[in-house]
Amino acid sequence: MPDVFVISDCIVSPLGLTTAENFDQLLENNSGIKEYEDSSLSEDPFFASLFGKETGPLNDKGESKYTHFEALLIQAIRTVIENSGIDPRDNKTMLIISSTKGNIGLLGSGSVTPELQQRVALHTSAQLVADHFHFVHPPVVVSNACISGSLALIVGKRMIDAGHCETAVIAGADILSKFILSGFQALQAISREPCKPFDMSRNGITLGEGAAAVVLSGKNKNADDCKVLGAAVGNDANHISGPSRTGEELAYAIGEALKEAGKTSTNVGFISAHGTATVFNDEMEAKAFALAGLSASPLNSLKGYFGHTLGAAGLIESIISIRSLKQGLVIPTKGFQRSDFSAPLTICDTLLKGNFQYCLKTASGFGGCNAAILFGRS
Amino acid sequence: MIAGQVVQKNAMPFFENKKENLSEFLLSLYVFAGLNYPRFYKMDDLCKLGWLASEILLLGNLQPGKFLPEETGLVLANANSSLDTDLKYWDTVKEEPSPSLFVYTLPNVLQGEICIRNNFKGESAFFVFEEFNSSFMEKYVTSLLDNNRLSVCIMGWVELVRERYKAVLFKVEKEKGENPIPFTIENINKLFQSANE
Repeated sequence: MPDVFVISDCIVSPLGLTTAENFDQLLENNSGIKEYEDSSLSEDPFFASLFGKETGPLNDKGESKYTHFEALLIQAIRTVIENSGIDPRDNKTMLIISSTKGNIGLLGSGSVTPELQQRVALHTSAQLVADHFHFVHPPVVVSNACISGSLALIVGKRMIDAGHCETAVIAGADILSKFILSGFQALQAISREPCKPFDMSRNGITLGEGAAAVVLSGKNKNADDCKVLGAAVGNDANHISGPSRTGEELAYAIGEALKEAGKTSTNVGFISAHGTATVFNDEMEAKAFALAGLSASPLNSLKGYFGHTLGAAGLIESIISIRSLKQGLVIPTKGFQRSDFSAPLTICDTLLKGNFQYCLKTASGFGGCNAAILFGRS
Repeated sequence: MIAGQVVQKNAMPFFENKKENLSEFLLSLYVFAGLNYPRFYKMDDLCKLGWLASEILLLGNLQPGKFLPEETGLVLANANSSLDTDLKYWDTVKEEPSPSLFVYTLPNVLQGEICIRNNFKGESAFFVFEEFNSSFMEKYVTSLLDNNRLSVCIMGWVELVRERYKAVLFKVEKEKGENPIPFTIENINKLFQSANE
């Protein structure tokens, strides 16, 4: 199988407009999570990582015909196109967009007209974004709950593997809305304070807004471009909103990703876990990592910095992991202090320097889905 | 395929009920097919539609024990995601947001329901396209089968917004069974078009 390289990446979040800006903020232990009082989003105060109302560079260049959600995607894609020098008009280039709810915040108090129904659709947003850059083929939209970002990356890799394209631009985003916040509040899944992934006193998620983009290519551009070595997706077949009790399905996906990469669990330098900080998710992941033979690999969750960015999470966190590989710096798990898992784990709670060759990114989501990706340095 | 209150299996008429509205139609199909699955009553309409389509697709077809759970998966798509339930959920937000509706405001939960029912633990993916994109779906499903990620894949389109719906599912396998139809974009399109609107 030919190599698939990540030749460019960009994170657009409340912590910064580029990957470097975001990574530097993480190194300084800064989080985008703050407490908000905003009755348009929630009756009660809540913690979240949100963009400010004035989002500077996103609003110039006459982008008012785009919603905030679309403007975020455009910002991220623009950066990776400029940095990689690819031509989106190329016939062998595809665009894949990942999001869970897109423009659902457009649902207001009025009735839903056919025009609003069309406007709110993910394919509408994706086509607007594709047209902005003159991508030739219809964009592929992945909407698969919280694994969307990872899955979109996996789809891009597989399309390149199979020779259906030479370059894939993968971009994902999600923004906060009353729709999303009220739902997680109704499920009592929102943490009372900034989330604490893998901590024994964790009690829920903190939502976050964000966007990210990567360019995948069969050819590397820079000497230090990382590769997407292996990936797998699976389903718990257990529950639609709670994870597996055993973690064996995620462990299976991890095993398959490693197998595709020709590696074993001992090769994994560190793990960027999904780590949403719900009691059940983190417990399931702990079991899965132990089952997969990864108890000794340092793991982190980045949700304490970005919040849970839903459709962007898999991409944002993969990008940070790739930078960690390149710089030999694993980011600690903000919000974590102590754990009490029955399975042994190595949870990263301080900045970890080292020479890491491979890292594993995992994600899980509603509908019982799991995804695992192995990245490696060239 | 299920569309316009008509159900067809392998291009043969299976069931029809022109008199009822959507909910009643789906329930009458459930009863007609002799199904017994209490979870059905908890599902939202999109899941009911997709789940019923998968049940009819698989009726007597998927020999138990023939495939491992990890070898079976789903690649589905639609145009409006979970909008039908999104709107119903949004209605509840005015008074008391409903958690049981909120869990259905993601289109891939439909796949979750089918996976739970059939113990499918393999690859699944949900895509959103303005129209059924047989070109992409054929390529993606083929790559899953060719690379042995799956031995059997349920692929198709499950679309439902406010009483307008169309579900077309295909069972795609590596092995040729009886009367196989080659998995090509042309054949997919032909079969897809033949479902009524």
